[in-house]
Amino acid sequence: MTARPSRPLVGLMALAILATVIAWDAARTGLPDPFSTPAPFALGSGAAPEGAHCSGG
Amino acid sequence: MSMRRIGLGLVALVLVLGVTLAAGPRAGLLVGVGIGFGLVLEGLRFGFAGPWRMMIVERDARGLLAQLLAIGVTAAVAFPLLAAAPGELQAAHAPVGLAMIGGAFVFGAAMMVVMGCGSGTLVNAGSGNMIGLVALLGFVAGSFLGTLHLGWWTGLGSLPVISAQSIAGAQGGLWLTLVALGLVAAFLVWRAAPGKRLPAARLWWAAGLIAGLAILNLMIAGQPWGIVYGLGLWGAKVAQAGGADLAANAFWGAPGNAARLDASILTDITSLTNIGLLVGAFLVMRGRAAPGAPVAPLAARGWAGVLVAGLLLGYSARLAFGCNVGAFFSGISTGSLHGWMWFAAAFAGSVWGLKLRPLLLVPARAQGVAA
Repeated sequence: MTARPSRPLVGLMALAILATVIAWDAARTGLPDPFSTPAPFALGSGAAPEGAHCSGG
Repeated sequence: MSMRRIGLGLVALVLVLGVTLAAGPRAGLLVGVGIGFGLVLEGLRFGFAGPWRMMIVERDARGLLAQLLAIGVTAAVAFPLLAAAPGELQAAHAPVGLAMIGGAFVFGAAMMVVMGCGSGTLVNAGSGNMIGLVALLGFVAGSFLGTLHLGWWTGLGSLPVISAQSIAGAQGGLWLTLVALGLVAAFLVWRAAPGKRLPAARLWWAAGLIAGLAILNLMIAGQPWGIVYGLGLWGAKVAQAGGADLAANAFWGAPGNAARLDASILTDITSLTNIGLLVGAFLVMRGRAAPGAPVAPLAARGWAGVLVAGLLLGYSARLAFGCNVGAFFSGISTGSLHGWMWFAAAFAGSVWGLKLRPLLLVPARAQGVAA
């Protein structure tokens, strides 16, 4: 019978891959400056939206 | 509440605070919204692919009706917000085109093969489903590859962007959208089998919570909930680290996308909610007394099929200007015609995908596959 990894193990693998990508990216690009980040809410900020969305080409 | 659940709640809180400290309050809030999506989708078993399969196979309309309800509630708030703050908020509007329709069709087929859509793949991976994890890796690669060829595909022909607002104004567009949703819901109720027409209380709650989170996403991010862009960005970063020169590519050479390639993942909106979504699903799975059985083992050919289906999910979602979240949910709830076309094409593709599923997902032994 084929061994089957448990759900907690697979979930941890997914988190580990995600954490690796984030940590590697942080090492490559550095972390953003938390004191020059956008306002908590875009609505009411007066700033134009600057994010990217799947609907954009 | 058990100590385990309190501990898991603290993990979520620490993650939100950590991202806030590292990347600012908006990033922290978006991870929190993503965690909320993960908690609701996994905790209340609110999905997209599953209910579509139920409608096609068993004429069970309940899950799909809950999706339409969530979209309608979101639209009822999003339309006035977008009209009131056009300089601060943007809709998920995209052009209808040949590649967009074809992409949605392929996405519908592929999501039936892995029984997971854009959000579902993240939720499945986070909740410990190996098929979801393998499909997610393919999704990341596919959504990146799709960006490389997007210009060629869209060049096959597309209409200008058409929205409910451009047809009937903000208020008229909202009514147009709600009436269209109501007509689809009425059709589904008519087609559904007896006893499979009224969503359970769980689904009503889930629809309301998903709508609330989607509206919060719009207010915080300035744009609707999305999935695909972030996954494509992760793929592009990996490709770049592997030596790929993306500066000459039309998509990644564009100023906004080039800047995001050089910036932290924690500054990208869809990446932040994707991270939260996966973590939220994991927390729900770990919070259960029993995490559930692992998925049934597949033969090597079956795993290859999952990887290819994941690749197609990502590639086609890029061509279709979004997945079930960015195009179907956010497109329709903010008035885009491409959301409706996506719905029709992906649903047709799903019918076909259900026939492909048993051919591609070859089990290591004869038993069903958990989704």
